[in-house]
Amino acid sequence: MKIRLILLIAGTAIGLAGCKTTPEELPDPTPVAEAPIVPAPAPVVQSPRPVVETAPQSQGPIFQGPTPGTLDDFLYQSGGEARVYFGYDQYDLSSEARDALRRQASWLQTYSTVTAVIEGNADERGTREYNLALGARRAESVKAFLVSQGVSPNRLTTVSYGKERPIDPRSNEEGWSRNRNSHTNLMSGSIG
Amino acid sequence: MKIYVKLILVVVVLLGALSTSAKAQLSIDITQGNLEPLPIAVPDFISADTSGRDIGAQIAQVVRDDLERSGIFKSLSPDSFLETQTNIDYKPVFADWRVIKADALVSGRVVMEGPNRMRVEYRLWDVIKGEQIAGFRFSATPQQWRRTAHKVADSIYKKLTGEEGYFDTRIVFVDEKGPKTNRRKRLAIMDQDGANAQYLQSGADIVLTPRFSPNSQTITYMSYESVVPQVYVLDIETGRRELLGNFPSMTFAPRFSPDGRSMVLSLMKKGNSDLYLMDLTSRSTSRLTTSPAIDVSGSFSPDGRQLVFNSDRGGSPQLYVMSAKGGDAKRISFGKGRYSAPVWSPRGDKIAFVKSKGGKFAIGVMNPDGSGERILTESFLDESPTWSPNGRVIIFSRETRGERGKSELWSVDLTGRNLRKVSTPGRASDPAWSPLLP
Repeated sequence: MKIRLILLIAGTAIGLAGCKTTPEELPDPTPVAEAPIVPAPAPVVQSPRPVVETAPQSQGPIFQGPTPGTLDDFLYQSGGEARVYFGYDQYDLSSEARDALRRQASWLQTYSTVTAVIEGNADERGTREYNLALGARRAESVKAFLVSQGVSPNRLTTVSYGKERPIDPRSNEEGWSRNRNSHTNLMSGSIG
Repeated sequence: MKIYVKLILVVVVLLGALSTSAKAQLSIDITQGNLEPLPIAVPDFISADTSGRDIGAQIAQVVRDDLERSGIFKSLSPDSFLETQTNIDYKPVFADWRVIKADALVSGRVVMEGPNRMRVEYRLWDVIKGEQIAGFRFSATPQQWRRTAHKVADSIYKKLTGEEGYFDTRIVFVDEKGPKTNRRKRLAIMDQDGANAQYLQSGADIVLTPRFSPNSQTITYMSYESVVPQVYVLDIETGRRELLGNFPSMTFAPRFSPDGRSMVLSLMKKGNSDLYLMDLTSRSTSRLTTSPAIDVSGSFSPDGRQLVFNSDRGGSPQLYVMSAKGGDAKRISFGKGRYSAPVWSPRGDKIAFVKSKGGKFAIGVMNPDGSGERILTESFLDESPTWSPNGRVIIFSRETRGERGKSELWSVDLTGRNLRKVSTPGRASDPAWSPLLP
């Protein structure tokens, strides 16, 4: 009986249209629970199931951002990265940079035990010591703006890396513009 | 860590039967721009001992290389030599040296005086006139053969040019490893010719801009080992290292005064960099500049009375000179372009600098009043000039363009014609030349 049943269900699973079965032979409802044992049939040749994609549905909450108060959260809330960018030999803040820094400031106000090192960076088109001085100005511009947004100056240390810490190795406009930045590096006190 | 061995060299002028005549001899005027290198023959130094002969051959090779690299001499190939001297106390067969077109000849000898002592002697001959120009004797240990060779080269250089040489010197620099976006930097030191390279540090933190004190024993540099980078002083003989001062904010761009008693450095305060003078005995500091502009890269005149530095107070980076006590500064750079990294020559007559224009970086020199600007080299990125102790040669770092860009050391003389790569164990930047070693 059991064997017949399995065969039968297998037949249905294959989905033969118009397959006629007699009502008398319908099995007990309970054995249906065994259905999962029947994965073998041919049509199930499919690529690995996207397990990950379905996972959030079972987790409940709709917002999937990083844990509040962590570095990931800071990056997320700041718009993806903790850097703002500058023009050639410039240290004034663009409106884009100001927007990003407002978001940084608001996060820093929420997590008021976090301290940060503001690291100023320059591109390679300058001599070493001049670039250290230029990076210092950039870091200070960022610090001054964060302070103007209510962050206590005691929580912010400025440092210049000059041209020592490029994030883009290219020697072209694109690379240089990425390397002229100030990085807000979270230090002690962060939750994560 | 103990890498400085005191070399006691007893220099004795070889007198006697072959003493020099008082008349004007062979000489080179290296102040002339268009100089034809002087052909000089330096055969292997002779010796009665096998070990002495090995040392004699090595010494002669180092002397030949030193003289050749200077660009002032053309070191003739030993393959062309006709005469083989067996005793340097007799006059050479000058005709044999004239045939191969040597103007000067160096005959040397190594005398082993026991297991730990040797005497190195040489006579410098004017081949054209057929006379001895000089004769010197040096006492050293056999292990010091290399330094002895540099001393010999220095004394030949001095005898023929009238100026101090620069061969018995060392270069401290930053050794570089790794890709551009993750570069490891550590302090290293080597002889002027690239020999005896050694690391002074493990290289865990970024270190920049090492510079010698006038005693050649101490160097100052900047390190990122603490959150706020600071200036340090390192004794290269003892390895003793000291944080210079206790500043709340970043200090950088240090340089010793010519008497070694004080230091000029830049201190960053609220994003603004100013020059400060620190007395190394009392550790008291005085502020030298007060402008809201960038003021960096201070370098003393050799008399210690003035400073040249880099400032953008006029709107773009330019060079300024002021009293070493501070006060009014006078701009000295007026060419088209941006100027930085000024270094006063030990002779006092020139200031070397970096000039950037049209996407290129050049090494140049000018007089301390800003006149007589001359560009010596140019590339994608030439920077960090440092002077030979006699003020005739500049070593600098040259970085190539692009993702695989790398930094090397190069040297150039004041004519700009003798441009050569400096041998280093790996990639290198931020060179600083020592004074002549004692």
